[in-house]
Amino acid sequence: MPLNPSMKALEDRPRPQSLTDLFVSFTLLALQGFGGVLTIVQYALVEKKRWLTNEEFVEDWAVAQIMPGPNVVNLALMIGGRHFGLAGALAAMAGMLAVPMALVLLLALVYAQYTDHAGVAGALRGMGAVAAGLIVATGLRLFGAVKANPMGIPVCIALGVSCFVTVGLLHWPLIYVLMILGATACCLAYRKLQP
Amino acid sequence: MNTALHFTMQWNDWLDFFNHYLSLSLLSVGGAITTAPEMHRYLVVQQHWLTEQQFNASIAIAQAAPGPNVLFIALMGWNVGSNAGGLLSGLFGAFVPMTGILLPSTTLSYLAARWGHENRELRAVRAFKQGMAPIVIALIIATGWILSSTHSNPSEDWLLWLLTLATALIMWRGKVHMLWLLAAGAFLGWCGLV
Repeated sequence: MPLNPSMKALEDRPRPQSLTDLFVSFTLLALQGFGGVLTIVQYALVEKKRWLTNEEFVEDWAVAQIMPGPNVVNLALMIGGRHFGLAGALAAMAGMLAVPMALVLLLALVYAQYTDHAGVAGALRGMGAVAAGLIVATGLRLFGAVKANPMGIPVCIALGVSCFVTVGLLHWPLIYVLMILGATACCLAYRKLQP
Repeated sequence: MNTALHFTMQWNDWLDFFNHYLSLSLLSVGGAITTAPEMHRYLVVQQHWLTEQQFNASIAIAQAAPGPNVLFIALMGWNVGSNAGGLLSGLFGAFVPMTGILLPSTTLSYLAARWGHENRELRAVRAFKQGMAPIVIALIIATGWILSSTHSNPSEDWLLWLLTLATALIMWRGKVHMLWLLAAGAFLGWCGLV
């Protein structure tokens, strides 16, 4: 088996320095995440801070996605937990939630006065459209992560397209798609991997 | 918010509220938003703790605001608490369902991630991660697609679609910081151009 990138020595790579670093980093990430935090998390952790490679990000995201609960919160606690154990998980999760929660409650108080303002409604609509595009772009950027996948690129594309069609176009419940496609994919990958 | 709802919350009501979110937590595969229909049934239809408008506004504000979208649950709790009392009750209300929805799922995720990391050399664990990779990437793209297809009237919304498409291309290939793109979207929307 070729050396898995996630097995490179963890020490000589950038990593969170302390619990405070984790808390502050995830707070700043969360505060930049309009319309969802996934885009900024991938950009900041993989491309700026380099705490993770694209491949590792996809692996972690797979776990965060299949587990119940908010995906980005799961991802934060996984990354925090890997470097600093339970304390790290809690610090990263608190960073993701504490300040944004205070902010969103404040916004709700202010928003109540402007619900009918045409400009505010328009700005929210415009930002929503941009946020959707950002999420699509994140998916496209991550596609490079399957280049070395043992299932091969054509199988990966077939699985990806089936997933997009069933979830995005046919609106099947996510849990069934994950069970059916996920089980198929895991079996395919299992057969390709060396025991 | 002009509420027509007036009621008082007893301790057993708060406990019921907490327990309800506790029980939804492990069902929320794909994010807490997937259980929103059940929350609507509970908060608006069954308990009459929230108005329809408050329910929808909670989701809309949390999606537009920075931070994880799961904060819509804090907003719902905040509105329930505010309807029943004042500011303090609202603050307490924000924490009750947030704790309930997060406690079981984060505990499970933490334990699963730790187990997966300790056993990362196992063939089954590697197969899971490699097998799921193309699926979760496609899911991310599908999420963006679903968000943009809420604008379903092509004759009026084609500019919004164009904005989404342009953003996706710029962000995929370009080097512009995403906050500039969001600011541009807000500006275009404010001026009524999209």
